[in-house]
Amino acid sequence: MSMDQALQTYIEEGRSLLEEMEDILLQLENEPLQDDDTVNALFRAAHTIKGSAGLFGLDAIVSFTHVVENVLDKLRDGELAVNGDLVELLLKCRDHIALLISVVAESGELLDAEQERTGEALLAALRGLLGVAPMEPASPTVRDTPVEASGGGMMEGDCWNISLKFGRDVLRNGMDPLSFIRYLSTIGDIVSLATDDSELPDLAQLDPESCYLGFMIEFKSEADKKTIEDVFEFVREDCTLRILPPPSHLAAYIERIEHASGNTDMIGQLLIEAGILTSHELEETLAAQEKLVAQESGARVPVGELLVKEGVVQKEVVDVALEKQRQIRDHKAQEAKFIRVNAEKLDELINLVGELVIAGASASLLAKRSGDLVMHEATSVMSRLVEEIRDGALKLRMVEIGETFNRFQRVVRDVSKELGKDIGLEISGAETELDKTVVEKIGDPLMHLVRNSMDHGIEPGEVRTATGKPARGTLRLNAYHDSGSIVIEVADDGGGLKKERILKKAIERGIVSPGQTLSDHEIFNLIFEAGFSTADQVTNLSGRGVGMDVVRRNIQALRGTVDIDSEEGLGTTVRIRLPLTLAIIDGFLVGVGKSAFVVPLDMVLECVELSEADRKAADMRNYVNLRGEVLPFIRLRDQFEVNEPAGKRENIVVVQYGGLKAGFVVDELMGEFQTVIKPLGSIFRQLKGISGSTILGTGEVALILDVPALVQLSVASESSMAE
Amino acid sequence: MGALVKKEAQPERNEGQDQQQYLTFMLGGEIFAIGILAIKEIIEYGNLTEVPMMPDYIRGVINLRGSVVPVVDLSARFGRPGTELTRRTCIVIIEVATEEEKQVVGVVVDAVNEVLEIPAEQIEPPPSFGARIRTDFICGMGKVGGRFVILLNVSRVLSVDELAMLDQVAGVQDTPRLVDQAAA
Repeated sequence: MSMDQALQTYIEEGRSLLEEMEDILLQLENEPLQDDDTVNALFRAAHTIKGSAGLFGLDAIVSFTHVVENVLDKLRDGELAVNGDLVELLLKCRDHIALLISVVAESGELLDAEQERTGEALLAALRGLLGVAPMEPASPTVRDTPVEASGGGMMEGDCWNISLKFGRDVLRNGMDPLSFIRYLSTIGDIVSLATDDSELPDLAQLDPESCYLGFMIEFKSEADKKTIEDVFEFVREDCTLRILPPPSHLAAYIERIEHASGNTDMIGQLLIEAGILTSHELEETLAAQEKLVAQESGARVPVGELLVKEGVVQKEVVDVALEKQRQIRDHKAQEAKFIRVNAEKLDELINLVGELVIAGASASLLAKRSGDLVMHEATSVMSRLVEEIRDGALKLRMVEIGETFNRFQRVVRDVSKELGKDIGLEISGAETELDKTVVEKIGDPLMHLVRNSMDHGIEPGEVRTATGKPARGTLRLNAYHDSGSIVIEVADDGGGLKKERILKKAIERGIVSPGQTLSDHEIFNLIFEAGFSTADQVTNLSGRGVGMDVVRRNIQALRGTVDIDSEEGLGTTVRIRLPLTLAIIDGFLVGVGKSAFVVPLDMVLECVELSEADRKAADMRNYVNLRGEVLPFIRLRDQFEVNEPAGKRENIVVVQYGGLKAGFVVDELMGEFQTVIKPLGSIFRQLKGISGSTILGTGEVALILDVPALVQLSVASESSMAE
Repeated sequence: MGALVKKEAQPERNEGQDQQQYLTFMLGGEIFAIGILAIKEIIEYGNLTEVPMMPDYIRGVINLRGSVVPVVDLSARFGRPGTELTRRTCIVIIEVATEEEKQVVGVVVDAVNEVLEIPAEQIEPPPSFGARIRTDFICGMGKVGGRFVILLNVSRVLSVDELAMLDQVAGVQDTPRLVDQAAA
């Protein structure tokens, strides 16, 4: 991985950590009494951001985050209490870190003066909490204390602490304890040596062939633990050996553990990798652990605990190792679940699958024509597989909308503070999935709608209480699937839209002529017209009338629609309907004249024949009786001005879209068709009623019908007749 | 759909100089020419899908090796009757650069003639009237063998913005606005 790629990974990782921090902070704000895990997670996030920034030499991030981390540390230790101000400050710090990451890490530039000042102000506030003089420079970074530096330099009195207790039989086995100590002095200096004679019995009971002595040795050496242990290799079975590294080494070990490769999540292996534990010691400990389990037949004592108890490793080191172990496990769990894939590769794959679908359709067609049964069989198996591949590939791009929704927690919080309104956000349907491209593009329109609802929809607290509503306003984000599309709702329990005012404004602006009668629904939808705003006052949030039409345009660009429902005094719901995917859909192929058209299959309810009587009456009326229901229909032949005479029979395709039913009269029903959507290009951008095109098995182009737009066109042309 | 002529990489000598090579073609008995740099390929006419509710000069769309390409009837675009189909009818695939993107458009022509070199001194400015074609569509009149060849300004003739304008088409409006209906 090149440095650039690594940096990219860091930026992405940093962003997701920052998101995590934001979530936690918002949680903390709502319920300040969280368990330790929450605060720990917060601390870890900051710590990781700092640590990784150090690796890239991003000093600006390191020094700022360091102070944040210190505050979080105090929070973790309970020295600071969670309160609104602190969360506010930390949220600002989070934003600043985000800024640092995007500015410093991405482009390598420095902050401009104002951003710099914001940073300074935040640092001052943080230091105030820490009780440190503001000008104290940030402590050295991880990068400044590499492992080698502290491992190599030895201070006076900074010694290995070796405690050696020989077994009774050492002498009998022909070993001379002293020789080991002498050998030890060849790899370093013995600073002091104390003999432990506490085991020595009275002279009467003393067995001269037994060894009762132990030694406490202060040993100064550059050698690592393994080397020192090897000195005693021959008596290893016969003695108790404890080698504790010099205190100065501890930091180095801790560091090494923190930067362990993550190949293992066993604590013992971690410690060995760091060099603080030798494999021999681990084996012993593990054996002891087994023995304990056997003896007490109780719960297994964790290795880490045992190591500390036996005095093999210092507690600090074990704590760090445990933390690291947890991180690795978390990481592993995540690794198992997700793979990061470049979105471009995915798009390429989808494109290829699209071509495969087209090529497959062409092969099936040829097979069908050839009349070769075996070949037909083979291609139909292939078609089925291609369909599965298509579904699988499309699913890869599906993401849950929850992440997008969650971003609004912060927005709602900030905006409600800014407006001085108490507003809560309720999210439902967060697990609803839709195409990633759609998700990316829906953020802005949603943001606009949410801000709009908060600014104009939800009334100030006094007004709410006066009308008998709870003082706290509620904004709801909801998502669900409905006939091949996803519906996203932004609902508020505010004042609702005022029909008269909208109508008055529309007449003023010349959008509606005075005599027109409009249904409630039509009136509400007027607010999506360009240059329309009913807000009495223009605030800096919204109300400038440049919003709603842009929202509608953005949504239409995604082949979606937007709709509004409102009840005066009770609230407003904006409903966005979007196609699930922009790449490949299941279509229903129909023929009109010579041309083939595709109707999105999700919208097709049924097909019925247009009866002879209805056909004859079609000049007079465009509706049929569908099992007692009035079904208005559109003759595509008329709509598209097809000149060739119709065949003997015509059929109605009954479509449903957003609760509305309509029929399309076509000549021929040609069945289901996997439709790879090909954009029609900008020349056709003004064309209503056709949403795109696809390529048939024959190589010809078929057009995809835009059902809602076609219905709308008919509604519009009939209502103009009414005038 | 066999490509009759595929555009080769341009010879280097042409670069840096004024465009000199033109593809000439017939349209309603007249000779027109388009600078060869804009032309991608020439294909037989066929397998065209009509797009309803579009003006006459948009003939439809074709499948050009997997991408859907709009086809413009030049004759209709010049306000003349639409091109009659014959055995020699071709579609010339042209790349039109707009500000944001490159749009590939096909144009229907009666017949393709040849690639000609027309030196800059042999090109007259367009007449202010008389060609019976909007003057901004013409970038010059080339003199070839004693005849005039109309050199087309491709970016004007095939201006995506203009082609996309549907206002002149009756019955199809942009998002039906209520005021329009009131007027109807």
